[in-house]
Amino acid sequence: MGAIKSDECQCAACRSLAMATTMPWFGMDIGGTLCKLVYFEPKDITPDEAELEVETLRNIRRYLTKNSAYGKDGHRDTHLQMDDVVVRGRRGSFHFIRFPTSAMGKFLELAKDKGMATLVSSVCATGGGAYKFEKNFREVLNLSLHKFDELDSLLYGLQYVEMNNPTECYYWKHPTREDKCEKVNFDFSQPYPFLLVNIGSGVSILAVYGPGVYKRISGTSLGGGTFLGLCCLLTGCNSFEEAIELASKGDNTSVDKLVRDIYGGDYDRFDLPGDLVASSFGNMNSKDKRQLVSREDLARATLVTITNNIGSITRMCALNEKIEKVVFVGNFLRVNPIAMKLLAYALDYWSKKALKALFLEHEGYFGAVGCLLQLHCSGSS
Amino acid sequence: MTDKTNPIDLPDNIRVFDNLRNAKRFAIDIGGSLTKIAYYSTTSQRTVFYGPLNKDEQEEASLEEALVYEISEGARLHFIKFETRFISQCLDFIQQHLVNTRDHMLGKSIKATGGGAYKYTELIHDKLGLSVDKEDELSCLIKGCNFLLRNMTDEAFTFCRHANPEYIFMKAQPNIFPYMLVNIGSGVSILKVESEDKYERIGGTATGGGTFWGLGKLLTSAKGFDELLDLAEKGDHRNLDMLVKDIYGGDYELLGLPGDLIASSFGKAMHAKKDSSEYSEADIARSLLFTISNDIGQIACLYAMMYKMPRIYFGGYFLRGHPLSMHSISFAINYWSRGEVQALFLRHEGYLGAIGAFLKGAEECDSDKYSWKENLAGSAQELNFTIEPFETVPVTPPANLILGQLEMDRWEHPVTSLPFLADPDNYIPDTVDLNKDTEARDYWIQCFRDATCKYVDRAIQSQPHSETAEKRAHKFRDKYLSRLQYLQEKPFAYGNLTVRSLLDTIEHLLKEFDFPDPYLMQKKQENEIAMALLPQRLQHLDKMSEINRRTELIRAILAGNMFDWGAKEVAALMSQNGFGFEEAMSKLQERPWLVDGLDQWLQRMKGPAHKCAAIFVDNSGFDIVLGIIPFARELLKRGTRVILCANSAPALNDVTYSELQELLRQVGVMCPIIQSALQSSRLLAMGTAQAGPCLDLRQVCRGLIKTLVQSEVDLIVLEGMGRALHTNLTAKFTCECLKVAVIKNRWLANRLGGDMFSVICKFEPEAID
Repeated sequence: MGAIKSDECQCAACRSLAMATTMPWFGMDIGGTLCKLVYFEPKDITPDEAELEVETLRNIRRYLTKNSAYGKDGHRDTHLQMDDVVVRGRRGSFHFIRFPTSAMGKFLELAKDKGMATLVSSVCATGGGAYKFEKNFREVLNLSLHKFDELDSLLYGLQYVEMNNPTECYYWKHPTREDKCEKVNFDFSQPYPFLLVNIGSGVSILAVYGPGVYKRISGTSLGGGTFLGLCCLLTGCNSFEEAIELASKGDNTSVDKLVRDIYGGDYDRFDLPGDLVASSFGNMNSKDKRQLVSREDLARATLVTITNNIGSITRMCALNEKIEKVVFVGNFLRVNPIAMKLLAYALDYWSKKALKALFLEHEGYFGAVGCLLQLHCSGSS
Repeated sequence: MTDKTNPIDLPDNIRVFDNLRNAKRFAIDIGGSLTKIAYYSTTSQRTVFYGPLNKDEQEEASLEEALVYEISEGARLHFIKFETRFISQCLDFIQQHLVNTRDHMLGKSIKATGGGAYKYTELIHDKLGLSVDKEDELSCLIKGCNFLLRNMTDEAFTFCRHANPEYIFMKAQPNIFPYMLVNIGSGVSILKVESEDKYERIGGTATGGGTFWGLGKLLTSAKGFDELLDLAEKGDHRNLDMLVKDIYGGDYELLGLPGDLIASSFGKAMHAKKDSSEYSEADIARSLLFTISNDIGQIACLYAMMYKMPRIYFGGYFLRGHPLSMHSISFAINYWSRGEVQALFLRHEGYLGAIGAFLKGAEECDSDKYSWKENLAGSAQELNFTIEPFETVPVTPPANLILGQLEMDRWEHPVTSLPFLADPDNYIPDTVDLNKDTEARDYWIQCFRDATCKYVDRAIQSQPHSETAEKRAHKFRDKYLSRLQYLQEKPFAYGNLTVRSLLDTIEHLLKEFDFPDPYLMQKKQENEIAMALLPQRLQHLDKMSEINRRTELIRAILAGNMFDWGAKEVAALMSQNGFGFEEAMSKLQERPWLVDGLDQWLQRMKGPAHKCAAIFVDNSGFDIVLGIIPFARELLKRGTRVILCANSAPALNDVTYSELQELLRQVGVMCPIIQSALQSSRLLAMGTAQAGPCLDLRQVCRGLIKTLVQSEVDLIVLEGMGRALHTNLTAKFTCECLKVAVIKNRWLANRLGGDMFSVICKFEPEAID
């Protein structure tokens, strides 16, 4: 779809340029909650190269590719692994790894143990943490960070991944019907213009008009961090996965006040269906009702509240910008079909099908990929 | 007929469910947490009939006993707000006190709106015997909002934290449409209003007051909504919210996001253990308040931009005048619209639905026929959630359940804006904004505090035969002093704080405590003394050369204007015997005056006569009799028609319309010029509809306006401190204007660069656009 072709030039000049960019190749996106790490594993190593490859580098490659968990906090999303991709003339695989930003200290220690500092002098990074942790990288690893703009990287990575993965983009068909609901592949070859909604700790909303042509039009502080933060306070859960797990078993209708709770049914005059949420957590002012709700119900209500809110802000932005395609990304959507279906419904229903909610398989990793792809650019240090 | 023979029984519970026995019609707005009851009542108030008295009668009885009181009927709207969980008690209370009108209510209906209208239909029917007419909630909100915007002075305001002033009140505008109304109830409804009948619900969000309250209940131990707001006031959201700088280490310069901006609400609370004391309740409450109000602000702003609405009013009962919430919403709207959209809050945000429900089909409130004003005595301010203590309230069950109330009185005559204002859109009657000018505010509040005892004495003296006068006067004192204290702390609570509003509050409270005209005796005596001097005075003037006479006429207005019981320093002078008109003349400032337009005025008088002069008069006694009447006579002699515009109801010692009529009749007897002018209607007295010592030219009796326009007024005369200095000093008119006043307050005189008794004599030609 965009500027980057997967069948990049393989000529010797390019190959030697790539070689000049010292392995290992990483891209990091250090967000408020999660740090996303993309590692490029070269699969086209010639025997000559293998011989030259230093021990440390080989060890790192093996450590990363043979494990799917690193310490207590690091995880590799093996299902997202992309094979047979070409980056600057090198063929190989992308590995997608994440760990909580709060574990940055441990990560740095681990990287030090693995001898990262002996291999390279700089790492590409984006996200707020690229600024916040710059000093730590220098002090612990003696590494400088090549900082790349977060939104540029996001779009860059999105374009690349979408180009290289034919089933990257999809939508939810019949999002409200448990029995008929399904993921359907979407042809994203003619993407522009589209709205990009990145739901991380907070939410950024970009209007994208063409390759590299975009503006940040809105955002909200009610994002994934709000969901998890409130869920932890309300239910005592310990992780995003646990919060989602709880939510999937809960029912928000006992927590929320619905239109029918107020009007006894639909509010016909304004076309509001009875099962619409009129007031999120609106029943929780009553002691009796508080005693009836479970942790699962509270988690579900939190998820629905945050997701619907993002849905309405997005819808307004799309209408204001007159853009029909809306792409949702960010790690809030990870293992979170409830939120995706709600977003799909929110956009479809309220826009009377004028808007289309789209999703991407590598939802949270585009920033890190985009960052890695810019490796040969200088970035700002 | 004195108050002995026809006592007006003041109910003890005067301030809660006031005048319920005379309630004529009810409406109720039952929300999830709060219920508002509206009712219309007729009020009986004593007014003094100031008619001609037979000479014998006057000699036999003391003046006071000879006074004639009339009972006048007024119309009043009452709005009472309480928590819905007390609805049963409140309905019981109403039912018990409806005895006088219960028959009247039979077979009638009550308008009901709000979500609870469905739930409580039966309860209402059982308790009150009224059938329940359900009215659509949103249409009620809009109707109520329109009514407030049209009738209520300083209803809407903007809020900007740390600015001076923080509150800026909007002028009532004749064209209120189009606007967007965001009603924050449990959820949020967003309405686009294009005219009285054309509106649309364009959207909403479920993240509303109920979300704040529900989550607040789950996460804190706050017992009430207000307690939760108080907690929020004390907390620090930065302990829970992830700020831009928590992610970036500082500002995110590339996107222009400051480090303190909230990037993720509650983002720091992830991995919190439940019930751990890791986060304080206050911090949680504050974070919650910011989360919800920011979100509402942003969504409202998106709708406003989409529908190109420059103004958003916020209704509902979430904000409650809470600075933190209003700041948060204003900030969000300003941020997301880049200053293009304005967030406006309403002083009576909580009453929209009840007002609207009440107005449905209410003839009494036909906006073409009637105008309404806030009763400053009966309304409890909205910009605070603790209700001002009502000393007069005995502990009856409902009294402590009441969260707030609003009373509006119907103007006796419908009012409208004076059409001769050069810039009606930007006209503000008041010269000094006491919200902004803290030095002036401190001075005037203290000044009125000091003067309170004088009003009390005067009130008691005015009813020497009443057994309750002293008690009532003390209630007046306590309530006024507590109001002043309150205004000192929250000067914006009743709209723009001005000298005018402080004076009006006195008048409203005095009437409320049944002191219809405390200066009555004073006015009468001074009128009589002045009347006795008038023939001689007119002779003296008639002997003078034209130029000397015209100078003398202005000086006489000024001297007359010095006799003012409203001014504390003059009152002290007048209390000494022997301070007469000549003494007053001699105390006048030497020319050049502080503002000296006398020469321009005299020059103008050499030119063609005016067609018609409208003179807005001030005090009784020397002022009107020896100052204004001779001046009017001079204009009449030149062929100018003269309309003397006086207050319709008493305020301090200001001459009222009915008193003025009687005075003119008496003057007519002694002066043929006046007599003939009265007979040919070339001299008229008319009422302005106002009842305070100042003059708000946006609210002048429509009948008077009609006459002024028909008479093609080309000269407006504003006389006295109240009408030409505290208000209208800077007002410009489309016709010529003469403003004449003596500054009878040392502090104010000094502030304006003059001394006590400095003179303002300002002649302004018609303003040219």
